[in-house]
Amino acid sequence: MARVLMKGNEAIGEAAVRAGCRFFFGYPITPQTEIAEYLAKRFPEVGGYFIQAESEVAAINMIYGAACTGTRVFTSSSSPGISLMSEGMSYIAASEVPVVVVNIVRAGPGLGGILPSQGDYWQATRGMGHGDFRLLVLAPASVQEAADLVMLAFDLADKYTNPVMIIGDGIIGQMMEPVEFREMIDPATLPKKPWALTGAKGRAPNIITSLFLDPIVLEALNQRLLKKYRRMEAEEKRWEEYNVSDGMEVLVFAWGTMSRISKTAIDELKNEGIKVGLFRPITLYPFPYEAAGEAIGRAKKIISVELSTGQMIDDVKLAGCGKDVAFFGRQGGIVPTPEEVKQEFLKLIER
Amino acid sequence: MPIIKVHREVCKGCELCNYACPQQIIGMSKELNKKGYFFALVKDPGRCIGCCMCAITCPDVAIEVGVRGTRYMLFEY
Amino acid sequence: MIQTIFSRPESLRNVSTHYCPGCTHGVTHRLTAEVLDELGVRERAVGIAPVGCAVLAYNYFNCDFAEAAHGRAPAMATGMKRTHPELIVFTYQGDGDLASIGMAEIIHAANRGEKITVIFINNAIYGMTGGQMAPTTMPNQRATTCPFGRDVNYAGYPIRMADILSGLTTPSYIVRANVNTPSGIPFAKRCLRKAFQYQVDGRCFSLVEFVSTCPTNWGMSPIKACEWASSDMIPYYQLGEFKTPDDPLPEGLKTDKGDD
Repeated sequence: MARVLMKGNEAIGEAAVRAGCRFFFGYPITPQTEIAEYLAKRFPEVGGYFIQAESEVAAINMIYGAACTGTRVFTSSSSPGISLMSEGMSYIAASEVPVVVVNIVRAGPGLGGILPSQGDYWQATRGMGHGDFRLLVLAPASVQEAADLVMLAFDLADKYTNPVMIIGDGIIGQMMEPVEFREMIDPATLPKKPWALTGAKGRAPNIITSLFLDPIVLEALNQRLLKKYRRMEAEEKRWEEYNVSDGMEVLVFAWGTMSRISKTAIDELKNEGIKVGLFRPITLYPFPYEAAGEAIGRAKKIISVELSTGQMIDDVKLAGCGKDVAFFGRQGGIVPTPEEVKQEFLKLIER
Repeated sequence: MPIIKVHREVCKGCELCNYACPQQIIGMSKELNKKGYFFALVKDPGRCIGCCMCAITCPDVAIEVGVRGTRYMLFEY
Repeated sequence: MIQTIFSRPESLRNVSTHYCPGCTHGVTHRLTAEVLDELGVRERAVGIAPVGCAVLAYNYFNCDFAEAAHGRAPAMATGMKRTHPELIVFTYQGDGDLASIGMAEIIHAANRGEKITVIFINNAIYGMTGGQMAPTTMPNQRATTCPFGRDVNYAGYPIRMADILSGLTTPSYIVRANVNTPSGIPFAKRCLRKAFQYQVDGRCFSLVEFVSTCPTNWGMSPIKACEWASSDMIPYYQLGEFKTPDDPLPEGLKTDKGDD
């Protein structure tokens, strides 16, 4: 496949098409509306279907219905719209059907602004809806990685019959970078799902529900989900280590866009002879605690840099088991320059 | 010659069959079924005209209607 | 030789339901099952259960079923029907599910012309949660959240969903029938059969609103409840076909793409 220069949002849409997804139900919200607009043009070329739902509430329930029929389907939204999807996510996780949801985070809270932010970390990894469930959360840092993770997300969603979220931000959604897509998957070649609602011909009816009034049955469901999440934790942790070495002055924790900015700062410091490393989690859930802990042991100081008031820092502290973690962040959609971030690292080294 | 059969353990004693029957031949029993309801009983089976009104009104599908010989279709259903 | 002329339809499981004695849910369940049998679509039917008394409807039908979040059944149905148009998708919803929390979903599903069939049970109250006021509760009717009777100056008048949905332009089949009288039931079944037939023919959205009873929460015996529905509900919730897909579109509406 040739490399093309593409906008992040459009690359996400194209990656879904390559993954064999032919249905998208969504609602416009800046900064991810281009996903819907791109698919409105692209889907007719591949026999796909795009419906603009009346709200994000409707959109998440449309993909819930579509997922019940065993079809690959996804939706995308941005922070306030993702909040509206909380109810649906809980139902989808409890019913154990696969969906992919893309969150292009904007600055909040509330209606907020349209510029980039990472303030939905807690929502994605801890608060996506009521009840004991988890989303598998993947955080790309480039347009290429976004495309790759979208294709992976559909496979992981099917593997675990669990909702999977791709979390990016306005920069990843809007910037243009070269991207190469994998071979197109024909949805007809995807394995059939025996639990799907396809009509009770020649078999007993299938029922997909999240209602379990019997407490014994409901506890069993929770235990089954827990086992699933333990398996995710054992098999699906992904992360990147950049310039990590023994005796680092600082180990930086950053994800998504913030990791790109941090890498530039780290490169500049490397040229000045100062050893700073980056630990970039790619799966925000399951967070790679063990690998992070190991890397933390090789550094003198730790800092978490985020486009928020500090959400991933909780997981860094958990990984570091009591070690002090500094924080630097900007909010409101302000994105720091590599120079600003480099100064923060230097200040931390002086402290 | 129509015959109706009320399944006594399915009946919840709502009396709607009684209400629906144009011949008024359905009454309620004096004994309780296992669920604790006074179930419906056909008081005068000879006067049943096989209209199926009781059966179509019953919310629990507790009534089955059969005919021996000629059947009169009183309405399209 | 006894020939059975009325018995349980195949699409309705031979199980005891949790519905109250005299609750017309039993009747509408049976009518739906009879229609699925008569049209021969049981094996490609998918039903969507609401949140309401019929929340366990999936235990009573012999076809594939899903459980929707409160009010979201038309959205789930959209997802299913658009991805698998060969399925016969129907939702079964009550007043709270369809006319309160689900108001946006039902109007938009009808407006997009989703080729699904919606069964709307209007019993003027919230049954499952113990008898609260519904958007369809009649003026001066008592409910637990309007213990002195629905005050129209405070809560407005009841919502007539068939009337509202028939005002949309997209072709659809909108009808109101009743299951509280023995004579209403055959008409109700004909409407339901027509509604499902439109879906089988791939023509349009269809909704059948059933004027129904709730003896327990109305505080009446089943027979008195049927009589109250006739005397107090039917004059307001008028019966009949409100819209069919053959109705003419508004004058002067250009629907072809024309020259670009």
